[in-house]
Amino acid sequence: MLYVSDSPHIHSADSTHLMMWHVFVAMLPMFVVSILFFGLSALIITLTSVVCCCLFQWVIERFVFHRPSMVGDGSAVVTGMLLAFNVPATPSMYWIIIIGALVSMGIGKMAFGGLGHNPFNPALVGRVFMLISFPVQMTTWPVAKQWISGQVDAMTGPTPLGLIKETIANGGTIADVSSQLPSWGSYVLGSMGGSLGEVSALAIIAGGVYLLCCKVITWRIPVSFIGAAFLLSGLLWLVDADMYLDPLHTLLSGGLLLGAFFMATDMVTSPMSHSGQLVFGIGCGLLTVVIRTWGAYPEGVSFAILLMNAVTPLINKGFRPKRFSA
Amino acid sequence: MLKTFAIGGIHPSDNKLAANQPIEYLPLPQQVVVMMSQHIGAPAVSLVEPGDKVLVGQLIGEGKAFMSANIHSPVSGVVTKVDMCRDIAGMPKPAVYINVEGDEWLSTIDRSPEIKYECNLDPSQVFDKIKEMGIVGLGGATFPTHIKYAANDDRNIDYLIVNGVECEPYLTADSRLLVEHATEICIAIDIVRQARGIAHAAIGIEANKPEAIALMTQVAGRFESLEVVPLKMKYPQGAEKQLIYAITHRRVPSGKLPIDVGCIISNAGTMFAIYEALQKNKPLFERVVTVTGKGVKTQHNYKVRVGTSIKSLVEFSIGEIPGSVGKIISGGPMMGKAIFNLDAPTTKGMGGVLIMNESESVRQEETTCIRCGKCLNACPMGLEPYLFSALVRHERYAEARQRNILDCIECGSCAYSCPAHKPLTSEIRLGKAKVRAMMPKK
Amino acid sequence: MDVFWISLLVLGLIGAVFALLLYYVAQRFWVPEDPLIDEVLSVLPGANCGGCGKAGCKAMAEAFVKQGNMEGLRCPVGGESVARKVAALLDCSPLVTEPQVATVRCSACFAKQPTTLYDGLKDCAFVSSVYVGDGGCAYGCLGYGNCVPTCQFGAIKMDQERRIPVIDDDKCTGCGACANACPRHVIELRNRGVNNQKVFVRCVNQDKGVEARKVCTKACIGCGKCERTCLFGAVTVQNNVAYVDVRKCKQCRKCVVECPTGALVAQNFATPLKSQDSD
Repeated sequence: MLYVSDSPHIHSADSTHLMMWHVFVAMLPMFVVSILFFGLSALIITLTSVVCCCLFQWVIERFVFHRPSMVGDGSAVVTGMLLAFNVPATPSMYWIIIIGALVSMGIGKMAFGGLGHNPFNPALVGRVFMLISFPVQMTTWPVAKQWISGQVDAMTGPTPLGLIKETIANGGTIADVSSQLPSWGSYVLGSMGGSLGEVSALAIIAGGVYLLCCKVITWRIPVSFIGAAFLLSGLLWLVDADMYLDPLHTLLSGGLLLGAFFMATDMVTSPMSHSGQLVFGIGCGLLTVVIRTWGAYPEGVSFAILLMNAVTPLINKGFRPKRFSA
Repeated sequence: MLKTFAIGGIHPSDNKLAANQPIEYLPLPQQVVVMMSQHIGAPAVSLVEPGDKVLVGQLIGEGKAFMSANIHSPVSGVVTKVDMCRDIAGMPKPAVYINVEGDEWLSTIDRSPEIKYECNLDPSQVFDKIKEMGIVGLGGATFPTHIKYAANDDRNIDYLIVNGVECEPYLTADSRLLVEHATEICIAIDIVRQARGIAHAAIGIEANKPEAIALMTQVAGRFESLEVVPLKMKYPQGAEKQLIYAITHRRVPSGKLPIDVGCIISNAGTMFAIYEALQKNKPLFERVVTVTGKGVKTQHNYKVRVGTSIKSLVEFSIGEIPGSVGKIISGGPMMGKAIFNLDAPTTKGMGGVLIMNESESVRQEETTCIRCGKCLNACPMGLEPYLFSALVRHERYAEARQRNILDCIECGSCAYSCPAHKPLTSEIRLGKAKVRAMMPKK
Repeated sequence: MDVFWISLLVLGLIGAVFALLLYYVAQRFWVPEDPLIDEVLSVLPGANCGGCGKAGCKAMAEAFVKQGNMEGLRCPVGGESVARKVAALLDCSPLVTEPQVATVRCSACFAKQPTTLYDGLKDCAFVSSVYVGDGGCAYGCLGYGNCVPTCQFGAIKMDQERRIPVIDDDKCTGCGACANACPRHVIELRNRGVNNQKVFVRCVNQDKGVEARKVCTKACIGCGKCERTCLFGAVTVQNNVAYVDVRKCKQCRKCVVECPTGALVAQNFATPLKSQDSD
């Protein structure tokens, strides 16, 4: 039996499914680091999140949409992982993450029709919902185990960004707290307070490089995001080093790297053309610094990305690819 | 840094399985069916009746309309009927059926192997001869060559570009010609360039054919203003607008032709046909066809008389068609046409028969668009395939036209790279047809 | 209490300003329209099917009023009753045409098992540009149902087994949307017979008989038996395919009996003919 169709008759090895699993693989280093530093609770939160996201998607597709479930495409797993990477590893998160997963999948994704139709990054929708609904639990940070120095007891401590925000609000200067900020080595390896996935710069960059090599993402969004944040925070730092954090700390603290490589690059919610991706990344970077510096929250990556998600359709309209024969 | 075109493009694996297979002659078939429309435009008008005896190279169909081309008999024998035949898509087309008897050529055709350098024809005679010999573009579009070079056109043309790119995966017909007939191709380029009064000639060859590049560079050195341009491998480099950009950095504007930017572009295979027509007096009635694919064990480049049935060509090449074959394609995998009717005759435009395994043939089920933008970054024309897909599905053709759907060259890069396996190229084709139908007739 | 009055005042003022603005805009950009247009529109069927060739019923109503008579403008859906109502409104003579019904002129009989599987866009116009269709007939129905969604009256259904559209004669209004959607012109609008009785050639294959028979057992082979049989000159054979002229046909069904392939069919007759299948 011969097949008949129009051209092209061949297809690249790419598929949605494969791209999602590439993202999954890219997140494994962060997963490993989070288990090393936060122990069993990291494992429990991540597994709960992933299982809940898959389950909620399946239930909604099966009983609300009455269509065969697409859970197998792996997007729910990726959302679940990202959601877990955005919360602190405290026991109270064991149940909060379930609510977060429901909001992520239900409101963030399935309410719009499922993968490909959601305007906002579902993991961030879930995270912001949890942050607003459970502000205390979401900002109580366990300090990562200092396994390098042999100290193993987990204790509660603020994130570098939270510390600075509080100091400045109380009329202090950055110099006052600089001794309490984590060392550069802690930033790179991840032994500091923070969400599961955002602590280790090394693990995030390893994952990001993997995604770039697999051509799942392009360099444009991460580079423009990080570059814009670096430039704006650098400018502010030059103006007043006492009031504004230096650019290197800005990049390494909080969820900026995680956001730049894994959240902002979500294909569904980011622009498609090269120029549009640059605009999107720059917008994310600037908004992050603006929210961190002048906003109520110490961390601004989630809000910045969500805001830029909202203007993505406009960017797609305004920054079309350059026509060959224009 | 090798030259290439500006935006988009994809890198399918080139699979030139038959690249080292010399061109062989396919034995003559029992019967040929010569289609009267082997070119773009009006079918040729048959000049023969059943019972007529014809010789190889004899004119049997005359291209009477402006946009048409002559058809010559590829064999000697007796015309059995002048009737409809079915083409590869199964559509009925006018044709001449000839029973083969011996292999008697017209005495005017020079069959000696010597290479003839000198051309005694004056410019207008050159193009009359090209018309008389039924030369059409052999790259696949089969545009009648004499119209392209229409001698009375006074637009200034300063670049003659020869397409030796063969960017379609699998196909090797042109690259074999470049290797085996480098001198002849250069002679033809030189004659045409001088006859049309064109200052420069360039032949573009992709970097995956180092042998052809080396040989052509060596031969081209003996000719005036003929340059060989090695090009970076990227599909669709053989598309005329992309090739013109790669070589001259000129952009053909939307809705315009290469001639509007001072370029004329012809395929390397066409140039060889022009050489044979001008120097050997031989009409276009045979061409090189690659029979290849992962579905077959042996790969071949055959010189085939047009009108030979595809089935006999394939069966001679691989024997009985195995059950594991899933798709047979006329042309390359990116832009070729899937063959519905294997009994259809070969034509002037058919550069390859690609035999695909069943596992390669089935399209994967389409999923939803995840707006990754791969189509948009693959499009060599800088268009937005995902948008056309949505617009066509919602029948918003006016908007599709406004977004320049008609600029699409249907190269298939978008559908090739779509991770959701959406039939983007198909939807754009449908959209283009609808948009054209909506446009006022000229 | 102050808050209450202030908010009332502010909201009231905003409301008043916008009301004035709206009033001004409505006056400034008022487009005078002949009230007759709305009257005509109200008697048109309102299906916006496009069967008249206009963009919709509103456009048709405008065309009626602009022209002032019914010359060349025909609502196929409304038929005689609508035509008389429009004529009364326009004060002209009604253009009465015979009611029509869409007729599928293909029996979708695949003589041989398909040798190929189509693996592309499921759209008749597109398939038609790719190849002839699995059945091998270059003229017949492709079975991908472009006609079905165009029908505003739910009169077309796809027979999934035979892969051919089936028209419900009672629901069909003869608007012609399906006929326009068919890339192969298999659907023809024919005058509606008494009790929906039809005699027609259910084939449009223009190939010679031998070729036609190769792809379809029920194809019209253009043998001309029907043409010779018909006493009224209603059947003619052109381009290897017969055609029954509704105006001349007296529905005697002699041709149907004669047809060697069963391409000529009679439908909706109370008394079945022998040797004629009832579909």
